[in-house]
Amino acid sequence: MLKVRVMPTLLFKEMGLVKGIGFDSWRRVGSAMQAVKVYNMREVDELIFLDITATSKQQRPDFALVDDLADECFMPLTVGGGIRTLDDAQKLLRVGADKIAINTAAVEIPELITQISERFGAQCVVVSIDARCHPDGRYEVFTHSGTTATGREPVQLAQEAERRGAGEILLTSIDRDGTMTGYDLMLIRQVSDAVSIPVIASGGAGSYEHMAQALHEGNAAAVAAASIFHFTQQTPLEAKQYLHEQGFKVRL
Amino acid sequence: MIAIIDYGAGNLRSVRNALVHLGADVITVTQPEQLEGAEKIVLPGVGAFGAGMNALRATGFEEPIKQAVKNGVPLLGICLGLQYLFESSDEMGQHRGLGLLPGRVTRFPADGPKVPHIGWNQLHIRQAGGLLAGVESGAYAYFVHSYYVEGANPADVLATTDYGLDYPSVVGRGSVWGIQPHPEKSQGIGLRILKNFVEMQP
Repeated sequence: MLKVRVMPTLLFKEMGLVKGIGFDSWRRVGSAMQAVKVYNMREVDELIFLDITATSKQQRPDFALVDDLADECFMPLTVGGGIRTLDDAQKLLRVGADKIAINTAAVEIPELITQISERFGAQCVVVSIDARCHPDGRYEVFTHSGTTATGREPVQLAQEAERRGAGEILLTSIDRDGTMTGYDLMLIRQVSDAVSIPVIASGGAGSYEHMAQALHEGNAAAVAAASIFHFTQQTPLEAKQYLHEQGFKVRL
Repeated sequence: MIAIIDYGAGNLRSVRNALVHLGADVITVTQPEQLEGAEKIVLPGVGAFGAGMNALRATGFEEPIKQAVKNGVPLLGICLGLQYLFESSDEMGQHRGLGLLPGRVTRFPADGPKVPHIGWNQLHIRQAGGLLAGVESGAYAYFVHSYYVEGANPADVLATTDYGLDYPSVVGRGSVWGIQPHPEKSQGIGLRILKNFVEMQP
């Protein structure tokens, strides 16, 4: 049967990789190429590469950069950031991306989900949803790297994404991002239970146990993480060994 | 020289990178005439069966591929490229495939596991050697697809994968080979499979 995936997330901003807290307070964490090479050697399940400033700066994806990274990437690569058109998606796939992540465009031009899905298949459309929890417990979707409120609910956006042909949902809690205090299990659970496509839990992983919680209590199909791999000694392989011991099916 | 067919659909770049990484002499071909003299052919594919087959026909590749196979040129279909090898698919309507192998492509049942089948899953080897030389049963490969082959000839099935049902994930007959997962994205095991194809004697 299918295995649970553990995916490092690489956030790209102004020439290098960064990691922040709550989509802010960015720290530099090295070069993208170096990270791709290391994760390739370590046989991680998949890589997620997101250019977090492209949309806000109204830039197109950096095709040349993705081209270079993909040359070293013999594992599945999801690329997001700045994708606004079918042509953007096609160019990224042609230079070596395997999946296209759309976030702001999924809200502003949702027909793009359908267009990419019909042209290249649902499996290469990842709808990335960033959500914040309001004090009353209500969740709201934010776009433009978490800076723009939409008034949309993540559950409803995820369902629309699925209906429009998305293959996966990458679901990030802005509140938990970078805090390493654990995933927002309520958010993950709500969305996972509302759609039949896989949900990748993101935002907040600080330990392997958090990953197990996202899978078990959150009902996620996969876990993404960044800070835990950038700033601690914990590795994707050890994460999977832990998950295996907890009874999850992983690739070892 | 290995020709990778570019008919305007999908991710050729990764397949090409992996073959080049293995030291193969690779050419990406956009015109059927360029298949002349190719020692091997790789038929990649990402997307929907109908649109892909239509593109393959519109670019004039169908007959030259079949002719090359008749001449014993090894052909490797990857992902959707494997599905093209069979007779038909019911992905968004009924579509005719290349018909090089018996079998139909159909969607995973709705009452089974989540579709698309995305992620690392195991190859259970039914016939060792050939494309799978040196690959142990139970090895992991990376899958991304919603449709699978049913009604294949058991003699053509080299490996199967369990996703709610046990279906053919690596197939082969004569010089025709197909692999459902993406070897170019399956790290060490995937590169081994591609190396087997690169080093295969026609």
